[in-house]
Amino acid sequence: MKDMQPHTPAHAPDGPLLRVEGLSKHYGARIGCADVSFDLWPGEVLGIVGESGSGKSTLLSCLAGHLTPDAGQVIFETRGGPRDTVQMAEPERRLLGRTDWAFVHQNPRDGLRMGVSAGGNVGERLMAVGARNYGAIRETATDWLGRVEIDAARIDDRPRQFSGGMQQRLQIARNLVTGPRLVFMDEPTGGLDVSVQARLLDLLRGLVRDMGLAVIIVTHDLAVARLLAHRLMVMKDGRVIEHGLTDQVLDDPQAAYTQLLVSSVLQV
Amino acid sequence: MIEIENLCKSFTLHNQGSAVIPVMAGAHLRVGPGECVALTGQSGAGKSTLMRMIWGNYLAASGTIRVGTLDVTRATPREIIALRRDRLGYVSQFLRVVPRVPTRTVVAEPLLALGVAPDVALARAEDLLRQLNIPARLWDLSPTTFSGGEQQRVNIARGFAHDYPALLLDEPTASLDGANREVVLGLIEAAKARGAAIVGIFHDDAARARLCDREIDVTHFTPKRAA
Repeated sequence: MKDMQPHTPAHAPDGPLLRVEGLSKHYGARIGCADVSFDLWPGEVLGIVGESGSGKSTLLSCLAGHLTPDAGQVIFETRGGPRDTVQMAEPERRLLGRTDWAFVHQNPRDGLRMGVSAGGNVGERLMAVGARNYGAIRETATDWLGRVEIDAARIDDRPRQFSGGMQQRLQIARNLVTGPRLVFMDEPTGGLDVSVQARLLDLLRGLVRDMGLAVIIVTHDLAVARLLAHRLMVMKDGRVIEHGLTDQVLDDPQAAYTQLLVSSVLQV
Repeated sequence: MIEIENLCKSFTLHNQGSAVIPVMAGAHLRVGPGECVALTGQSGAGKSTLMRMIWGNYLAASGTIRVGTLDVTRATPREIIALRRDRLGYVSQFLRVVPRVPTRTVVAEPLLALGVAPDVALARAEDLLRQLNIPARLWDLSPTTFSGGEQQRVNIARGFAHDYPALLLDEPTASLDGANREVVLGLIEAAKARGAAIVGIFHDDAARARLCDREIDVTHFTPKRAA
């Protein structure tokens, strides 16, 4: 993270950025997620772990407004004060998704425009929030490609000419260029080589620290959770069964399921 | 600075017949500023368990652990993260880092997290690495490929980057040669002199005798086996 500009320190928040209360989503009679509540402060990374089908992706989708929950509140501290984003009108929530919020998909293809150049992918999000000066947009895009360690010479290449790891870094640049305050991530290192994973983890940690980002990251990889998340929520059958400091949950798990989860991993 | 009262701990192994294993009962400990207290007792007596509980890594069953004004046993994760950032340091036996991050950055990280300017943090990191005889040609490499002794010294440099008022040291001199052992003892003595409260596990008898004001045998806190 040598190129990072100094930002305001990540540790001077005066209140939670996000307050989630009683969030539930059912698929017919089946529970997607049930009665989830938590606070998230600026500069905090919350990991959501659990096996496939535990409800973690449903929860993330409800939080990010991609799914409408049946009950509960997702109160975000907007620049104009706290707002329940569940009750927001769709255009307003979309605006939030382009400005203060960002969503990094597991598959870069879901978060990138594959037919648009790398620079265009980053610049597009800037234009969506009103940037019009071509030179300034290109300059900012180049700066961000540098931050995610993509060679400036590749700015006019299309993402499909990139490796999986580069595509993921491009997706992160596209998401972070507008300076969001809250980032949702769904298995951002899934499907990447371990060496690429490490580089991405380092990048994310630096961004969290230097930009004071709040992050909610869904992962089934406990090693990734340990290195990235400050706190963990463990989900099973749609419910949060354990919640605490990451290393405490992993080293002294209290719930039977968490003990099973942790002891099933070769080494975390 | 560190005050422990009537601390108890047990592990419940849900997946092994819900066996409940009591590991600590009625632990007491008080460490003032500038004091160094050694935890003693044979392997398995609970030295590391006690240390991990002060760190907030293991949950207490009952009792209190006060570090400064914060009761770790009742603190929220946020409060423990804040405690670890500026008031409580921990030099564990093992280095756990993101692979591929350069050694210099690994050591500077605690300062960067405090908002210290990168050039100041990196300069402090280099100073510590130099003191601990990690050659400059290794500073740009990840410590994951280093030898055990080198990794331990990186871990120590990281643990001493910020002047924490309370410090936990788990065998800080275990795999060090004479010269480096002396450097580490010097760092610990300097921390004491500036008023840090230190709890340590030292298998190195001479180091313990030189550094520690008191010894606490944790065997006294081991619960008696029910017949």
